[in-house]
Amino acid sequence: MCEACEDLIDPKETELDAVIAQYVREKGALIPVLQKAQEIYGYLPTEVLKRVGRGLRIPLSKIYGVVTFYAQFRLMPMGRNVLRVCLGTACHVRGGAKVLETIEQELGVKDGGTTEDQRFTLEIVACIGACGLAPTMMINDEVHGRLTAENVTEILSKYE
Amino acid sequence: MKTLLDPCCDRCTHTPETPCRDYVRCLTEGPICHDDPACKAEKQRLLKEIKPNEENQQIFVCTGTGCASCGAHNIVDSLNEEINHQGLANTVNVVPTGCHGFCEQGPTLIIEPRQILYTLVKPDDVAEIVQKEFVEGERVERLLYVDPLTNQPATTFANANFFAKQTRVVLNNCGFINPEKIEDYIARDGYKGLTNALQKMTPVEVIDEVKKSGLRGRGGAGFPTGLKWSFCRQAIGDKKYIICNADEGDPGAFMDRGVLEGDPHAVIEGMLIGAYAIGADEGYVYCRAEYPLAIKHLEIAIRQAEEVGLLGDNILNSGFNFHLFIRAGAGAFVCGEETALIASIEGKRGMPKVRPPFPAQSGLWGKPTNNNNVETWANVPHILRNGADRYAQFGTEKSKGTKIFALTGKVNNTGLAEVPMGMTLRDIIFDIGGGIQNGKKFKAVQIGGPSGGCLPDEMLDLQVDYDTLTKAGAMVGSGGLVIMDETTCMVDIARFFLNFSQSESCGKCTPCREGTKRMWEILDRITKGEGKEEDLDNLEHLAVVVKETSLCGLGQNAPNPVLSALKYFRPEFEAHIRDKNCPAHVCSALMTYSIDPDKCKKCGLCAKSCPSGCISGDKKTPYQIDVAACIKCGTCADVCKFGAVIRA
Amino acid sequence: MEWITLTIDGRTVTVPKGTTVLEACRMNEIPIPTLCHDPELSSYGSCRLCIVEIEGMRNLPPSCVTQATQGMVVRTQTTKVRDSRKTILELLVANHPLDCMTCQKMGDCDLAKYAYEYRVTGELFKGGERRHLPLDDSNPFILRDANKCILCGKCVRACEEVQGRSVLDFSFRGFHAQVGPAFNLPYSESECVFCGSCVSVCPVGALTEKKMVGQGRPWEVEKVQTTCPFCGTGCNFDLNVKDGKVIGVTSNPEAPVNGKALCVKGRFGMDLIHNSERLTTPLIKKDGEFVEATWDEAMDLVAQKLGEVKQEHGADAISVLSSARCTNEENFLMQKLARAVIGTNNIDHCART
Repeated sequence: MCEACEDLIDPKETELDAVIAQYVREKGALIPVLQKAQEIYGYLPTEVLKRVGRGLRIPLSKIYGVVTFYAQFRLMPMGRNVLRVCLGTACHVRGGAKVLETIEQELGVKDGGTTEDQRFTLEIVACIGACGLAPTMMINDEVHGRLTAENVTEILSKYE
Repeated sequence: MKTLLDPCCDRCTHTPETPCRDYVRCLTEGPICHDDPACKAEKQRLLKEIKPNEENQQIFVCTGTGCASCGAHNIVDSLNEEINHQGLANTVNVVPTGCHGFCEQGPTLIIEPRQILYTLVKPDDVAEIVQKEFVEGERVERLLYVDPLTNQPATTFANANFFAKQTRVVLNNCGFINPEKIEDYIARDGYKGLTNALQKMTPVEVIDEVKKSGLRGRGGAGFPTGLKWSFCRQAIGDKKYIICNADEGDPGAFMDRGVLEGDPHAVIEGMLIGAYAIGADEGYVYCRAEYPLAIKHLEIAIRQAEEVGLLGDNILNSGFNFHLFIRAGAGAFVCGEETALIASIEGKRGMPKVRPPFPAQSGLWGKPTNNNNVETWANVPHILRNGADRYAQFGTEKSKGTKIFALTGKVNNTGLAEVPMGMTLRDIIFDIGGGIQNGKKFKAVQIGGPSGGCLPDEMLDLQVDYDTLTKAGAMVGSGGLVIMDETTCMVDIARFFLNFSQSESCGKCTPCREGTKRMWEILDRITKGEGKEEDLDNLEHLAVVVKETSLCGLGQNAPNPVLSALKYFRPEFEAHIRDKNCPAHVCSALMTYSIDPDKCKKCGLCAKSCPSGCISGDKKTPYQIDVAACIKCGTCADVCKFGAVIRA
Repeated sequence: MEWITLTIDGRTVTVPKGTTVLEACRMNEIPIPTLCHDPELSSYGSCRLCIVEIEGMRNLPPSCVTQATQGMVVRTQTTKVRDSRKTILELLVANHPLDCMTCQKMGDCDLAKYAYEYRVTGELFKGGERRHLPLDDSNPFILRDANKCILCGKCVRACEEVQGRSVLDFSFRGFHAQVGPAFNLPYSESECVFCGSCVSVCPVGALTEKKMVGQGRPWEVEKVQTTCPFCGTGCNFDLNVKDGKVIGVTSNPEAPVNGKALCVKGRFGMDLIHNSERLTTPLIKKDGEFVEATWDEAMDLVAQKLGEVKQEHGADAISVLSSARCTNEENFLMQKLARAVIGTNNIDHCART
């Protein structure tokens, strides 16, 4: 293959095709494939869903149904850091709403929104299972607990 | 360096391809197939390296999700550094473990064999701990746990009330083994239950033993586990599946996370025993994606079990095959319902299906399927290891064994507590939980998550078991206990749960999809002071219809928080509606703020902090709030250092 | 066949083993309201309108998916059951546009029928949140108003189970659940082939035949069962006739060949019936102009011309191509004409090529 042609190949597409090929014979492959696709692209663009549908021979309506059912899947690009604020019971009774309010003010976005500089996507979740440290939030895979309106700003500043 | 898992000599031929039936016993008591004092001594030496003793002291540092978020990994690093620095590496070992359960006091560490518990440890404390403990043989008094009720420091973890009143069966290993090492699990009698089942029992005998133990499902409804297994065993099918439900979605419950992070092999062993009893050769663990550490530890555990031949084909030369896979959930609470969970593993929308057919007849991919949750599976090895009778010594007549509860909310000791079934709520909340934070008054305990109910202080002497709680309008559920004090508004809590249930409803059946929404709207109206006299009757009527006509457990139990709150706290609802008053001062729309001129020191902090600029005054005149312009945010009350702002 | 006996509303009834409680009721003319049930589709159990009381069972089980068993005691009309059904209907109505006066489905709407029967007021949950979704007016055949959808899922099942297309599915969840093609695109941009099966099963006005809008109310229409003329399959359907004019086609569930299923041509291809361009007599070209003729004239002319060709060039100079729009019998006669009358084996059929 000549260099010019190589440039035309989208490495993400190659990666996605490899994932589809790995799962195509497995039962119940759709959700793991969508999870991997979202890891590759950061979200699930329409073209990716169509490619997954063709690869796994699943009607597009079903794929769209699955993607919109589960909270994890995103149809729009996400920020560099995903901030999940817990409003589970324990966090609720220990003042999670105040923490959320501070974060919303700080970032200028609401649930599901992404900051203009693409730094954060804010999500409200219903329990990250760290109730002992309520109120809590999770940034990417890191859990932060015992939050207050004061310390949350400082934590946010650590993420670029 | 040789580990416990390595063969003692050439005479050992155990591999996954040529499995030995005595493999597990051989590691702890062996060798079995030949008699060689040198081999035996070597095995005992390696075993000793794992178990703490005077020559091999161990520091168990909790690195569960809670403590990890408070810097536990830094503590592990500092400890290792300091121990090397002091030249103690040969006698002191740092072991990162799963959750100790004492989240409130995290990061925690336990020093064995002396049973010393240090709480709220910071990296700066490490040098002092090493110096005192291992060089001077003394305690770091200031890091010992002080009981909030007695004000006495706990000299060992075992005499801290939080631990002393617990009975740790399932959590026995959590916090005392490295969950990333299968040899740690085996050294503490791991996989002996499986060995017993495979070597000494038929599948039917295994089921009988589980039936005899009285174990009931720990995920919510409390269905007898042995009976459930027998349905799937009796179902006709060339292929059967078992599932571990690790989609722990109840807000306020994290015991499954604790077990998976801290003792993943217990779950695997439980599933192996179940698969053998049921006749399944394939299993899935469906774990929510919000638990990355649990998934990581489980992946490591599965790989290690495969490497030593405890998962795979012809396990321990018994002819029994079992393969285990992990599926990560994608964020839907309803997938905790077993038919929805199965749909999700199949790659579909997680919508529950009507029963019959039950999963035991037609489940995953139309095959007979048995599903239990993490805690249930983790109970199984104990039953097969020590026998049903020993297991059944704990608990009540109809609810046997122990149950892990997650204590959260306004309680002093948040964390995981395992107690025998039948303990009273009072003992759990006040003895283990250490009472209410900041000396406030207990008001209610929410038990069983969004499917459970709120119980008032009159019910504190209720025995916690399946049947008693259901009768009281709550349920054991997954075992989340959210403790509420006088500053919690029960209408707000009911609205909170309805908001959760309606946003997690799958939308399939009418009563849950539309009914929970309307229930939430009524409650929301009440918290805003717009409630109407007829609202409570309408709410109660709608709640009963949703309960009796919904398709799955989520819908059928979603009204429980409302019904129980109405049953025990009706006057509080009425105060919101009739007097437009929130007795707990939570519902902001119903509050008025004013400043007590006698207490006001005229500092002006409230006026400076007020976002709507509705507070006026100066150095000479006490500050005043313009009630019409006030947005009731409460900032003034939060900032006032003299308690001059009155919430009413 | 094994039979079982059960009691429904005090009546002892005997039904074959394997019958659901709903089927048992319907076999015995005991009315049960349903919105998501369709005997041609799999059981879904979602609308919860068919709930009944059964002794020994907790809650109110849905009759459509509950198997009748020997000795079962069922009550279908207790206060509790009727009250719960009414509440469920109130919930559906609270999230449904009440523009029934102008709705095409008026008079044929199951939701309206049951709301009337159960004295639903629409007042109970008034003022709550409602959906506001765009109307799908993108194509000439099907009008889709997602705001009227009650999420019974019949269209989803018809598309998957009857047509094997799966163009439709649910999306989102809970109160925000919707039904539609992928990405909730308009029908015209989806892979829909407009068979209209979804329309035929919709119990409310969410999916309607666009061409029938404003043309007539169900009670003004005479339904004339007929066989589709488009191909030889023999599908049956009902022509909807108002004032002697065909205004549309609806499925006839009793159709022996096709049930409710039809294709785009049968269901929507009826423009030709009253088209002014439509030929009503044979035409013969005379002096370069088509002139109306009788069938006798036309047939004579064809016979004469074919005879001349055969005479001059032999029978194999003629070839016959038959049509898929003919029935089997007509095609048989065509080949008989070719072989026995004209004397050639040159006969073929459009569906074979």
